[in-house]
Amino acid sequence: MDIEQLEIRQHMAQYAPFEYLEDEWLDQVATRVEISYFQAGTDILALDQEINELCYVRSGAVEVSRRSGQLFDRLVEGDIFGYSDIMRNRRVRFPVRAIEDTLIYFVPAELFESLRAENDDFADFVETGGDRLKATVDQQRNDNQMSSTRVRRLIRRKPTMVDIHTPVGEVARRMREDNVTSVLVLSEEEEGINGPRHFTTQEGQVRRLAGLLTDRDCCVRVLAEGLSVDTPVGEVMSTSLMTAQSDASIYEAMMTMLNHNIQHLPILYRRRPIGVLQLSDVMRYETRSSLYLVSSIFTQSGLAGLVRLSGDLPLAFARLVDEGADAQMIGRTMATICRSFIRKLLELGETELGPPPIPYCFMVLGSCARDEQTIFADQDHAMILDNSFVPEQHDAYFQSLARFVSDGLAACSYPLCKGDVMATNQRWRQPLSVWQGYFRDWIENPDPEALLHSAIFFDLGYVHGELDMVEALQELISSLAPQNPFFLAAMARNALNRTPPLGLFRTFILEKDGQHNDAIDLKRRGTAPLVDLVRVHALACGSASHNTIDRLKDIAETRLLPEGVNDRLRYAFEFISMVRIRHQALAIESNESPDNRLKPSNVESHERHNLKDAFEVLSHAQKFLKFRYPVPSSSSRKRGR
Amino acid sequence: MRDWPQRLQKHYRRWQWHRRGRLVSEWPAYLADRHGQTRDDRLAHYFGAGTLDPQAPISEVPLVALDIETTGLDPSRDSIVSIGVQPFTLGRIPVAKSRYWVVSPQRALSSRSVVYHRLTHSDLADAPRFDQIVGEVLEQLAGRLVVVHYTRIEREFLDAAARHYLKEPLLFPLIDTMAIEAWQHRRLTWFQRLIGRRPVSLRLHPSRERYHLPPYQAHHALIDALATAELLQAQIARHYAPDTPVGVLWE
Repeated sequence: MDIEQLEIRQHMAQYAPFEYLEDEWLDQVATRVEISYFQAGTDILALDQEINELCYVRSGAVEVSRRSGQLFDRLVEGDIFGYSDIMRNRRVRFPVRAIEDTLIYFVPAELFESLRAENDDFADFVETGGDRLKATVDQQRNDNQMSSTRVRRLIRRKPTMVDIHTPVGEVARRMREDNVTSVLVLSEEEEGINGPRHFTTQEGQVRRLAGLLTDRDCCVRVLAEGLSVDTPVGEVMSTSLMTAQSDASIYEAMMTMLNHNIQHLPILYRRRPIGVLQLSDVMRYETRSSLYLVSSIFTQSGLAGLVRLSGDLPLAFARLVDEGADAQMIGRTMATICRSFIRKLLELGETELGPPPIPYCFMVLGSCARDEQTIFADQDHAMILDNSFVPEQHDAYFQSLARFVSDGLAACSYPLCKGDVMATNQRWRQPLSVWQGYFRDWIENPDPEALLHSAIFFDLGYVHGELDMVEALQELISSLAPQNPFFLAAMARNALNRTPPLGLFRTFILEKDGQHNDAIDLKRRGTAPLVDLVRVHALACGSASHNTIDRLKDIAETRLLPEGVNDRLRYAFEFISMVRIRHQALAIESNESPDNRLKPSNVESHERHNLKDAFEVLSHAQKFLKFRYPVPSSSSRKRGR
Repeated sequence: MRDWPQRLQKHYRRWQWHRRGRLVSEWPAYLADRHGQTRDDRLAHYFGAGTLDPQAPISEVPLVALDIETTGLDPSRDSIVSIGVQPFTLGRIPVAKSRYWVVSPQRALSSRSVVYHRLTHSDLADAPRFDQIVGEVLEQLAGRLVVVHYTRIEREFLDAAARHYLKEPLLFPLIDTMAIEAWQHRRLTWFQRLIGRRPVSLRLHPSRERYHLPPYQAHHALIDALATAELLQAQIARHYAPDTPVGVLWE
């Protein structure tokens, strides 16, 4: 073997699935590799082109997209691609493009096929879809989830089934009644036929699964075509049916849907349909279980590992967005990840500095506490110490612990808080009694100026240590706040400081500052004032929730807001958050640093409309807030005290 | 034009190409002439294997990266110790086709050069002489355009070895990745010179870094040949269209 092939072999041997290969096979691979260089921005595999080689990223990075052009995956040094196309029909389904200057090794398909036949681990890897999903897959295999959980676990209701001659109008009504987005279409067949789509219903009749109709089909094939509601469903349904067996893994089902670009997958038990799986069901399931990032955080042994993991965070974020997660799920996922980083850092810190001399509690504030974090938000945190705290004896320990955590977070790209709301600040590293004093003071002697800076403390969440300390503070807030109109009025006043960017006649008011010209700050002008506003109502009704949507649910149980306002606020919040999240995901995908500044010209027109609606909801709600929490007259102030 | 210094000839050719869209190259005539005159079969085979058309687009020309390690830098005193050859095209580098020869030098090794190419006296003891392998080497080069990093070493050492063993010169067109790199990266403006900007390094591995190519172990003829092949792919991708005529690039 030549030395250059040794060099190739040495590199490939480090990475899956080649690391599973026996030496002779590895030699084979290394001697038969062909090499090619691709400049950043050039296509490596074009859609539908013939593919006869497995591709291995020697250096650089590539991007795999779906047929529709959406980002599917990003691969770096040591990853492989093209194998699923080789195994299917040797046509490229997922185009690949170099996003950095990239060197690719090509392995001939015949050799790839022999490797699959010879080595089970290699075959497993490529057949379950290795690449970047590997981490997920491995993790989930360990957790006994995705790849082993049967798809039937996600089926919660029987499918809605209609006869092939039913008029579309009636089908649509059935969809509304059953609250489903798809129906299965059955055709009656003469008995005795035993085709692959035939089955016996529970009533004992033989039916054939003829097709599927989704709400989108209703729109695209019926409404857009101008067809009458009397059209039989058989004429508009999709007949090219992909199905999955109920004992298939969720992972297989998901891959089937992704590969065929479908949102609905009928699930059969033997031949009888037992339900329809939606892509969103899988995503909901996956994001819950695939927090492999979180579990990998806990398996790290040092700061370096955490920093490396934090590099994956933007991708995880972009992926969540790409997979259609809603703002709630994304916010919660990001907050969980942030808390896990803190928790792990505290563990590391405690091993380094020794056990804490007195009980303490580490809490997060702001967006992380509300479970509404986006990517790499500022770190906001504080420490509650046991009341037996003696500064001379104990503070040095907690100061270095706080320093360790906040430096660690900064290394993991969570920027330091500009307002210095961090446990490293001595003011926010105090015994419980002092904290209770802070809150009493804020609530009972409200000073709008001071409250402006402490609003963040009214969203607090537990991370590590003694849970009851945080709970004590939360109880204090929810019992004191509703009884103090001055406090509520001051909070309301502050919540009106930032107005939505709407001018007269519903035009956007654009902000010009710095080099970001003509942009809307979605956080400062959108989500932040909404959060402030909802917080005031939530404090007024004594809600103990911290998430804005949860708070709205608590508020809905009271009579604080006029009817319908609650839902509109929720919609507006979800929408603005989602636009903001998508804006950031887009920035990540185009390798820019994510920010909150949206250029209205980059928004599609219907979305611009929705955005204006959402801002208008905020604007109305702010007017109501001013009226609902007026500053009480001075006489009532005296009575109040 | 034949008497002009090589540097000027290169610029003249480029200028002609931009001005008239035509290439001025004397290589095809020279190679044909050598084919007619040579008395050595191996050289005759090499010179006879397909003429190189200066108008041919680089993307269609079969290429071969060549790297030789030597005992020193002076062709009149030092000699070749190893030759690495990697045939390729602009699209692909098939590593299976690479070839590598260790050559017994005409003169004794100095311990200074051993540090670089890591071939020791015992490695070279049983190695064939240049004239025993030159046929195989020329077989690999025949019909392909040779790519090297730094023309002078490969051109002058091969020529000197051929004159020594075959009593005939051995010259052929070469694409020099270092010259491309110099053309692309060493043209400092008067202002850059004024502020003392240092020109970039043109050696093989620093050049590769500019194209984000991975680092390899240096000073092995075969690895350097592969590294040169990758570098040329990267350079063409970044600086030239794939239909650039080879006559513009060769030296």
